[in-house]
Amino acid sequence: MSDAAREFEQELRVESPAREAWRMFISNNSAIVGLAIFTLIILTTFVGPLVYTVDPFELVWAPLTPPGEEGWLLGTDYLGRDLVAGLLIGGQSTLAVGAAAAVITITIGITVGALAGYYRGWVDEALMRVTEFFQVLPPLLLAMVLVMLFEPSLTTIAFAIGIVSWTSAARLTRAEFMRIRELEYVKAARSISASNARIIWRVILPNAAPPLIVSAALSVGTAILFEAGLSFLGLSDANVMSWGKLIGDNRPAILAAWWPVTFPGVAIFLTVLAVSLIGDGLNDALNPKLRRR
Amino acid sequence: MHIASVLIRRILNAAGLLAAVLILCFTLIHLAPGDPAEVIAGEMGGATEEMMAEIRALYGLDRPFHVQLLSYLGNVAQGDLGYSFYFNQPVTDLIVERLGATLLLVISALLLAIFLGTFLGVVAARNPNGLISHFVTVLALFGYAAPVFWTAIILLILFASVIPIFPASGGMYDITGPDDPISRALDIAHHMVLPVITLSTIYLAFYSRLARASMLDVLGSDYIRTARAKGLAEVVVVYKHALRNAVLPVVTFAGLQFAQLMSGAVLVEAVYSWPGLGTLAFESLLRRDTPTLLGILFFSSMVVIIANLLTDIAYRLIDPRIRSGAR
Repeated sequence: MSDAAREFEQELRVESPAREAWRMFISNNSAIVGLAIFTLIILTTFVGPLVYTVDPFELVWAPLTPPGEEGWLLGTDYLGRDLVAGLLIGGQSTLAVGAAAAVITITIGITVGALAGYYRGWVDEALMRVTEFFQVLPPLLLAMVLVMLFEPSLTTIAFAIGIVSWTSAARLTRAEFMRIRELEYVKAARSISASNARIIWRVILPNAAPPLIVSAALSVGTAILFEAGLSFLGLSDANVMSWGKLIGDNRPAILAAWWPVTFPGVAIFLTVLAVSLIGDGLNDALNPKLRRR
Repeated sequence: MHIASVLIRRILNAAGLLAAVLILCFTLIHLAPGDPAEVIAGEMGGATEEMMAEIRALYGLDRPFHVQLLSYLGNVAQGDLGYSFYFNQPVTDLIVERLGATLLLVISALLLAIFLGTFLGVVAARNPNGLISHFVTVLALFGYAAPVFWTAIILLILFASVIPIFPASGGMYDITGPDDPISRALDIAHHMVLPVITLSTIYLAFYSRLARASMLDVLGSDYIRTARAKGLAEVVVVYKHALRNAVLPVVTFAGLQFAQLMSGAVLVEAVYSWPGLGTLAFESLLRRDTPTLLGILFFSSMVVIIANLLTDIAYRLIDPRIRSGAR
């Protein structure tokens, strides 16, 4: 085969969609920065405590020791607890709750949206009424009520966040399902008498996945902000350290000491920033048409 | 005629939503472990089984669920949301006292975010690769990623402690200050600056990005080319012809996000001790005062529903195509 023919063949070879998306994702600088920050945060919070073994609840030194003094890198909080230990261990529960809440959010959202968009008619009408109802309830207030009534623990917090934030995922899924259900390949699946369940989960859902993946990534960020907000208001598991809890515990001392609230805030900020950069990158990679606009 | 029939439908829908919120509130009280009788008994410092039964009978807690629900709905229709044992006041009075402060904060923040956000977005759209455009992108990322209570604390530390130009004590006004209307209004404005800026940051970021995208879209359309072709000044084209269409998505989102805005207000008020519903929610949370917290949930949902209704009307006023029902 001549060189020209080989080149021609190479041009014809079609990249798989996943490969193409990945290539576009890693060629996006801000997405790479986001991924790097996120990896770093995961590594420090999950490996860090194995190396740095100070107990985050132990009173190690005088309260409100400024950063760097007496050998405490980030200083101590209002009780005299080490902030480095608090940040490392606290990150684990913040990230875990964020991830769990995002899974719950997306699961409820996809289920509601898929059923409404696929069946239309009264199912759609009823489910959209429920969605509209959840959209008028201020999410943080409802989450506060839920967590207060059912005792604060990591599980109730994750569920409360999921219950108050699934509506936008549901609307997105519904719109995608309404569009895709009219396409040829869905009609083809129906014509070979595939069951409704099969069409919903095996035919339409995989094709609706790209925007849902982006929405899932962004909802991790929102969930982390939510967990932090609830902990700040004092709705956190008393026995588990988290970034929001550190800020909430040290709230009365903010004018005396800036560091106990600033460092956890920076940690939350960086995590959510990283997640949202990754989400934007995924969006560009998975919806190339949108990007060119 | 169209507006009237649409309005009636909307108002009926809003009433239905409100009833649903009430049923949710009531069901939540019932689902929660422990009943109000135990709370009252706890307040009294313990009670025997007979006394508990007496309390239940006194407050009608021994009646079947649907009877209690109906009487609760009837009470709310008469403006009675229950009694707060911690504040020793009817919940409705407590909320009405504080609702004004929250609305002042939320509406100021929303207006600031809409106007400044639209302005930044328009300036950015006129020069998509300019400095302002990059600033809008960075602002949008920051506004999304920074927890609102943390922004509040940082601004408080910076502008009330490091550079003391705003009151560090928080609150709405200085009770020791002069109480003639003008000085009081100025004092409130002084106390408002930081909370309003904090609360508007998130939305400012979002609206500027939205206005930028929407403005870019509109500036590329045919009628703008026509307006330029007939020799109109650039300022007139941008701010009179394009802006009216470009601002539509901003208005829609502003209305839809009122629920989030009320959520943000809870956190901002808690930091600045702003005497509104958010601080009340925070206090009733600390005291586990369920009737008050549910009352706040109900009232803020009502505010959201009314805001949605007003957005709908505003939308119709801005866009004549919807007004004439030609959609």
